[in-house]
Amino acid sequence: MEQLRKIYELDKPLHEQYWSWLKRIVWLDFGRSFAPHGRPVIHMIRERLPITLALNVVEMLIIVAMAVPVGVTSATRQYSTFDKATTVFVFVGFATPDFWLAVMLQILFGVHLGWLPISGLRLPVWEYLPFWQQQWDFASHLLLPITVATFGGLAGFSRYMRQSMLEVIRQDYVQSARAKGLPESVVIGKHALRNAMLPIVTVLGLSVPGLIGGSVIVETIFAIPGMGQLMVQAVYERDYPVIMANLVIVASVTLVANLIADLSYSLIDPRIRVSRRGRR
Amino acid sequence: MRWRIPRRPVAAVAFLALAAAGCSGDADSAVDGATPPVNATAAYGDTFIDSLLGNISSLIPTITGDGPSHTVGDQIYSGLVTFDKDLNPVGELAQSWEFSRDCRDLTFRLRPGVKWHDGRPFTADDVVFTWQTIVDPKTPSPYKSEYALVESVRAEGADVVRVHYSQPFAKALTNWGTWMLPRHLLETYVREGRIREAPQNWTAPVGTGPYRFKELRSGEKIVLVSNPDYWEGRPYISRIVYRIIPSQATTFLELKAKGVDATALTALQYSRQTDYRAFQRAYTKFRHPGNGYTYLGFNLKDSRFADRRVRQAFAYAINKREVIEGVRLGLAREATGPYKPGTWVYTDKVKTYPFDMEKARRLLAEAGWKERNADGLLIKDGKPFTFELLTNQGNDERKKIAEIVQAQLRELGVGVEIRVLEWAAFLKEYIKKRNFEAIVLGWGIGIDPDQYVIWHSSQTGPDQLNHISYVNPEVDRLLEAGRTTCAREDRVKYYHRLQETLAEDLPLVFLYFADVLPVVSSRVYGIDAGPNGIRYRSNRWFVPQALQRYTAG
Repeated sequence: MEQLRKIYELDKPLHEQYWSWLKRIVWLDFGRSFAPHGRPVIHMIRERLPITLALNVVEMLIIVAMAVPVGVTSATRQYSTFDKATTVFVFVGFATPDFWLAVMLQILFGVHLGWLPISGLRLPVWEYLPFWQQQWDFASHLLLPITVATFGGLAGFSRYMRQSMLEVIRQDYVQSARAKGLPESVVIGKHALRNAMLPIVTVLGLSVPGLIGGSVIVETIFAIPGMGQLMVQAVYERDYPVIMANLVIVASVTLVANLIADLSYSLIDPRIRVSRRGRR
Repeated sequence: MRWRIPRRPVAAVAFLALAAAGCSGDADSAVDGATPPVNATAAYGDTFIDSLLGNISSLIPTITGDGPSHTVGDQIYSGLVTFDKDLNPVGELAQSWEFSRDCRDLTFRLRPGVKWHDGRPFTADDVVFTWQTIVDPKTPSPYKSEYALVESVRAEGADVVRVHYSQPFAKALTNWGTWMLPRHLLETYVREGRIREAPQNWTAPVGTGPYRFKELRSGEKIVLVSNPDYWEGRPYISRIVYRIIPSQATTFLELKAKGVDATALTALQYSRQTDYRAFQRAYTKFRHPGNGYTYLGFNLKDSRFADRRVRQAFAYAINKREVIEGVRLGLAREATGPYKPGTWVYTDKVKTYPFDMEKARRLLAEAGWKERNADGLLIKDGKPFTFELLTNQGNDERKKIAEIVQAQLRELGVGVEIRVLEWAAFLKEYIKKRNFEAIVLGWGIGIDPDQYVIWHSSQTGPDQLNHISYVNPEVDRLLEAGRTTCAREDRVKYYHRLQETLAEDLPLVFLYFADVLPVVSSRVYGIDAGPNGIRYRSNRWFVPQALQRYTAG
């Protein structure tokens, strides 16, 4: 016991412990795992982080690429059939638990139709496939997890987009843009959309921890060796160095995402760009 | 070994499942489907895709305690002895062994010509080293206590190992089934207390087992390839891939889609969800008793349960068949005592308690529980017979058992309150403090029949395992005798007597040994199931040429 206390510096005062921990974090030294393999935690994370990040980035792109047009269309054609249909879709999307959807898709596409692999990242005999088949195999393994992870987010974001757009198109400057005689596509696509995007970017930045949290479920069901799976196992095994490192990484990723969100305001909102040029 | 067990037609399955639940020790066998007629000659090749529910935690199983690490480790490493399908010890790296008359010296003669995966010869020095590694205080091994009675391990020449015990120790042989470690690769790491940092622990394990390590992708898969220098000859199946799939539901879907070749089924999957033709053609289902039994236990410090007649009455009042049907869908064997049916130590010539309410009532009346109160509960000295039955959260089977017990004892006039508790709190606040009246729990059993720590009267302390506080001088004597002799015939006598005594005295109501339900692709031949499971001699499994699925590599 005494020895352990020495090794983990638990005999020192709290602020010193915290300081030495911080110092090591800067060098990405998270210590070694408590598991019998005792590997450096950073090695474990290096194996796992890329796939989780890649999945989340792709998910995010798909969500934005689909939610924005859907939201805009249902706002500009409020109460149209399209709007009503998406409303129904959104409620279904909100109400569907993703673990259930995952299993249903696995049964349909994996077992009954046999079109897509059920879980994992690659076929067990992946090494022996020709190059293009390898790429297709990898992509097809990711299809279902991405669909599941995108589904719920898509529903939410298209709703935010619709709401935010509805507010913007009632503003006076949109009216005046129309009055200027600009075509509707320019009014919506250029003048209205930019302002309507602002709150969306904020929400998008804030939703990163949620997406990573969602990876825990998706990665467990689809047997994807990512951060979520690592985190779950570490919690079950009380592997504190791994848990700590995971939390630090997720926190950093969230901060970075928020930074990106803040920076992208200036791309969207001209007023923010103006203020950057300096005060008048 | 090479021929698969003759299969029974599908219609027989349901019958067999029912029958097996009742009569103990019956044949463990593959029970479904018809095999396509194939020329079943052994052939080399193919890849076997196995599934693991969790990541392995190390590639040196000696320092791990988790199932996945042992499953993989068992293929890479081997021990001096192993256990056949009926759990009898047989030679693996040891050709033969011998106990001295006083059981304190155990001499192994090693198999000549065995090689490590890197080509170096395996010698008696490696055996000594393996022991030194385990008992070294710097090695984080959970198996140290197993070797506490070993006084010395000496190599005599290259192929004789002599182990000396400080006192006779019956479990001695079992412990030498441990995974042998290579001295030439690990010695410096072990001496410096850095065994976890050795390359053998994660990237390059070297053993003497039937398969060699090829690749590990953390959280994804582990690949092993057959060892051409294995002492019994190259294994037929060329490659084993362990896929890591953390969700049992996903594993089952993968099985249906032929993404994996083997897994263990749940009782529900076994009896309800795999009963269609396509599945039966593609897979062979097995069942064998698992390494543990479930029981209804009492706090014997409680004066009501200290009376043997009360315990016996409960045993008569609980319909074990109904429990097994309701909880395990019939996929379990009635337990008559703490030993697994079908093993050398087991006997069924003990007192049994077939369901009989009348007998139960009579026994309770003899014990003084005659009158009933307005609620229909039995009373003695003005107090009604009610107690609290505890079990742990997260185990549905145990909760269901508690409910069945509750219903059946209620009929007898005994009130049962069920409480389901979180596992850690259950152990700490209730079991360790002996703060319970009755429990539904399970005991895992090891390969050796020694159960000293569970039944001996010296083991009733707060951190010890005799938490029901069972004290019986006859049982103490038998346990002591059984663990200090190494002659199998004597041990059989002691343990048969132990089972008779336990069945008569009934410190707890033995309920059932749940069946383990492995399923393996039907293209794999040569599987022989028994109380030890299906994996014994999996190096002799093969896929006939015409049925091989993965030919690449």
